[in-house]
Amino acid sequence: MSVTGLPDVAPVAVRPPARRARRSLTTGLMLLGVLVLLALLAPLIAPHDPDTVDPNRVLGSPDGSYWLGADDFGRDVLSRTIFALRVSLLVAVSSVVVATVIAVPLGLVAGYFGGWVDTVVSRPLDMILVLPALLLALSLITILGPGSTVAALAIAVIYLPILARVMRASTLVTSRQDFVLAARARGAGHLATMVRHVLPNSVGPVAVQASVLTGFALQLEAALSFLGLGVQPPTPSLGGMLAEGRDVLGLAPWLEIVPGVAIALAVLSFLLIGDGLRRSLDPEGVAS
Amino acid sequence: MTSALILEDLRVSFPSAQGPVSAVDGVCLELRAGEVLGLVGESGCGKSTLANAAMGLLPESTEVSGTVRLGDRELTALDERSLRRIRGDEIAMVFQDPSTSLDPVWTVGDQVAESIRAHRDVSRREAKDIAVRLMQEVGIPSAEQRYADPPHRLSGGMQQRIVIAAALANDPVVLLADEPTTALDVTIQAQILRLLDDLRRRRGTAVLLITHDLGVVAQVCDRVAVMYAGQLVEVATTEHLFTSPAHPYTEALLRAIPGAGEPRSELAVIPGQVPDLAAPPTGCRFAPRCPFGTDVCATRPALVGDDEQGAVACWHPRNRRTEVTAS
Amino acid sequence: MSALLEVHGLVKRFPAGGPVWRRRYVHAVRGVDLSIGRGRTLGLVGESGSGKTTLGRCILGLHRPDDGRVLFDGQDVAGMRGDRLAEFRRRVQPVFQDPYGSLDPRWTVGRSVQESLDAHRIGSAQDRLQRVRELFATVGLDPALTDRRPRTLSGGQRQRVGIAAALASEPELIVADEPVSALDVSVQAQIINLLQRLGRELGLAVLFISHDLGVVEQVSAEVAVMYLGRVVETGPTTAILRTPEHPYTRALVDAIPHPEPSRRLRHLPLAGEIPTPVEPPSGCAFHPRCPLAEPGCRLEVPELGPVGDHHLIACPVVARATTRPTTT
Repeated sequence: MSVTGLPDVAPVAVRPPARRARRSLTTGLMLLGVLVLLALLAPLIAPHDPDTVDPNRVLGSPDGSYWLGADDFGRDVLSRTIFALRVSLLVAVSSVVVATVIAVPLGLVAGYFGGWVDTVVSRPLDMILVLPALLLALSLITILGPGSTVAALAIAVIYLPILARVMRASTLVTSRQDFVLAARARGAGHLATMVRHVLPNSVGPVAVQASVLTGFALQLEAALSFLGLGVQPPTPSLGGMLAEGRDVLGLAPWLEIVPGVAIALAVLSFLLIGDGLRRSLDPEGVAS
Repeated sequence: MTSALILEDLRVSFPSAQGPVSAVDGVCLELRAGEVLGLVGESGCGKSTLANAAMGLLPESTEVSGTVRLGDRELTALDERSLRRIRGDEIAMVFQDPSTSLDPVWTVGDQVAESIRAHRDVSRREAKDIAVRLMQEVGIPSAEQRYADPPHRLSGGMQQRIVIAAALANDPVVLLADEPTTALDVTIQAQILRLLDDLRRRRGTAVLLITHDLGVVAQVCDRVAVMYAGQLVEVATTEHLFTSPAHPYTEALLRAIPGAGEPRSELAVIPGQVPDLAAPPTGCRFAPRCPFGTDVCATRPALVGDDEQGAVACWHPRNRRTEVTAS
Repeated sequence: MSALLEVHGLVKRFPAGGPVWRRRYVHAVRGVDLSIGRGRTLGLVGESGSGKTTLGRCILGLHRPDDGRVLFDGQDVAGMRGDRLAEFRRRVQPVFQDPYGSLDPRWTVGRSVQESLDAHRIGSAQDRLQRVRELFATVGLDPALTDRRPRTLSGGQRQRVGIAAALASEPELIVADEPVSALDVSVQAQIINLLQRLGRELGLAVLFISHDLGVVEQVSAEVAVMYLGRVVETGPTTAILRTPEHPYTRALVDAIPHPEPSRRLRHLPLAGEIPTPVEPPSGCAFHPRCPLAEPGCRLEVPELGPVGDHHLIACPVVARATTRPTTT
């Protein structure tokens, strides 16, 4: 063990990384905030009803009324995009939240106890991990039928093992620390120790992973909707709009570009948040 | 008596949130050819920083001023390329934790050989042969077979021997050893210290042995330099330092070591704390904690003395036959 | 009256991989007997692989022994449940080595000190806060620091917090595992003085685990020296330091770098490496490195036998030599 002892003064905190962390975090949060606001207020701010069909405007270019043009049914692209964003965000976020809520206790228990508990928890998770994501999603949808709920469920199942592993790895490290042993020696039971000491100190990396995965979940949802297996028409979804716009790319490119940009911005916001969290999650912030 | 390495007015400071931190404050030190000079101090005193500065290993953001003379060359004036040619060849360094000093993916033998091939024009075969011989010299049993071992197959003591072999591969004039035995068990530490002593006698290498352990210093070093909060406070022969320390800090440190006095009586404690190097006291940095400090200590005392009694930077030195006057 | 703590034939091993038919184990503790009387301090000394930390953890009840027993106040620790176990946890407390890892970085230090009071529901909330402040004062910390996070405190301060946390439930036995090894010499001195004073004033029994014999001599009148899972020598600290009898203890004492230049590198260092506890040598584990090894040493595991006043060693070779009539 290499310890010479550190100077008997509190360590000098290092500033520069914190600044970059804040930048990423705030940019990501602002971007996401804008998108979420749009999504939440969709019924109020969308200039038109997303389902209203107007045969006169079919494939119309962007103009005064339809700011981003019209699709092949004459529906306002802007309004559809806002509503689609709402649906996609809902599916992506809810799927990752569900996955996280289940993964954290599983990873915690597996990492803390180790031994047979770890085996019993990790093997089934590993089996899920082995299957290719899209294939797994397709299988679930075949069994349960298409729809946004099923899509969310499928995505949750796909990401559950990843989050559980991250939690488990983080728990393994934290559990070895002396303060965990100290808690047990001071009279805390296993449950109290896990919840009050191990969990708060291990959950950081999971938060980072979850943010990043939300971005991917969005893409996955888009992929499923693109294939017609996720959100079902006529409910607008970003993937669905991409599918619809594919055929008329030459005539009305905005049908493809707009939902694509929306997806990209949303994914970017989650990645930025994840990056910001990662940078700021060194609890000591010590330059030793 | 020639000097292997001379540091003159070396200053190092780091940027920090609280402003520049003065880690090394005007240190003048001479490492003589073939000697073992101990550099002692508690954590944060700047001893490791000093060594890293001499090797040019500090990050870009640090400010280094003063001179570092290796033989007739000024190291601070050299560019990175020239420095790289000298590192590992004429001046080498050994660090504290052997498990992180060795690449876990390479074999131990290759790591020694790499040191050789970086500075000498030899074939792989020749480098391997030389490496095996070096491994034998540092006491690795069955060196031929162990050449191909990855570091994790070796114990801590063995790993450190490999690190030493790699450092001495090209017969450097100066070896900087930064806490080389701190991470090792006591009985293994004794082996490594003996090894270092044997090697330097055989090869005439000058060694700067950095440590916080005064016991180690007493065992191996010819002379000792004591640092406190970035300043050099005393330099003397080992014998002299332990029997009649001149600087109050040295004196206090010697008294704080367990085993120094009566067992189970109270250890003498140095009141107060190490100063914040972002806002250090002016003048002598030990003055605020010094039982003999007076107003004059706000002016930095110079390091004064001779070879016989040793040199000390103090207005009120202890155990001194003659008074030290300001210069 | 029985000793406060008694350990009989303690054995503890940990699985270390390998296929089912050839399981390998780390044999951390391989049969240890020791005892600590009320208010007494026992030093436990050893290098890597000696098993001292594992022994300390078994005594704290954090590991179940594979064989042998730990008796606290006459009761077997392994069998304790519920109230008995809670009481045990109140009466025996640890102090750890690493002042940076032994405190939850997200808790205030005050809360960490309060932990055992909370766990055992001692006193009202008000009482507990008051007690925490008292404890801070006892260990020489400003009570105003209770709301700080560990990262804003120095190593010495954190270690004092660790000690305060250990004292919270008014324990009778403290198991201190290298409590000063990570601290600078001058800070070490402060903490050693503190521990000595507390031991005296509070009548605490202390098991002081360290690799540093010099520090151990400062704090404990008695010491047990461990090598590869067994105690090889035990007795009064000063006697053992002055005249170590067991060949390993001799080598250990010789290897200590004394801050006395007159004793420079006098002795030849002990040769060889410390064997891995996964494959301890047969018989007396020290025999491959022992200058006095005889053929029998490979075969029989030596038991502790007397070689002086309260002074025991596990070496038949030395024991025989000391009982033989000597010519001076």
